[in-house]
Amino acid sequence: MKLRDFIVTDAIVAELSASDRDGAIRELVTALACAGAMPQSAVDDVVAALVKREQNGSTGFGKGVAVPHVKHPMVKQMAGTIGRSVNGIDFAALDHQPVYSVVLLLSPENQPQQHLQAMNIVFTNLQKDTFRRFLRQSESRQAVTELIDEADQGK
Amino acid sequence: MPTASRDIVVSNKLGLHARPAMQFVDVANQFESKVTVHKGGEEPGEADGKSVMQMIILAAVEGTPLRIDADGPDAPAAVEKLVELFETKFGEEE
Repeated sequence: MKLRDFIVTDAIVAELSASDRDGAIRELVTALACAGAMPQSAVDDVVAALVKREQNGSTGFGKGVAVPHVKHPMVKQMAGTIGRSVNGIDFAALDHQPVYSVVLLLSPENQPQQHLQAMNIVFTNLQKDTFRRFLRQSESRQAVTELIDEADQGK
Repeated sequence: MPTASRDIVVSNKLGLHARPAMQFVDVANQFESKVTVHKGGEEPGEADGKSVMQMIILAAVEGTPLRIDADGPDAPAAVEKLVELFETKFGEEE
């Protein structure tokens, strides 16, 4: 599986306007809905599920990245997006540091294996110092898209 | 230095996704021993049992064989506690 298989590039937000966790989640889910990756009518429910998931345990696993994710019945096809925050967002991260890159992933309820594969590819990249650094430096949707294409090609 | 090791199979339907991975790391961190998880099957791998990211990268789906290794003064107790998590399916299922 590749990042491009589920990252909806039209929904990438190169500069999040939200400065808090819940606002950033809403911004990214709205972007996915606007890009046609999920129904507009599901935005509120999906945001609520993602926020609840964060409250149960932060997906800010450290190193300035967070990966909010949820399996939801109103999501019919796996879809993900990426948001960047210039000033950093408090995600209650495990290392107590602000989050600059948010990778949000929505999965249907009945495909746990596909979900795990997507998480695998997301974290395999996020573990790389170069990927995290380039992501923080990518100031436009196009730059982020090029970065994930390069990552998919194993560069 | 004592070592301990156990083979288990992932038995919860959702596999070792983020929440159980974090639960595993939380328990592993209660012990001094170094914990390593080896994944068998078609796509073998290895993870530091105290790193959430590495554990998620294992992408261990239901049915995946894993070996939990601990190396350190409290190795047997660590392995026992960690195996218990899998046996109770991380509290996800009846």
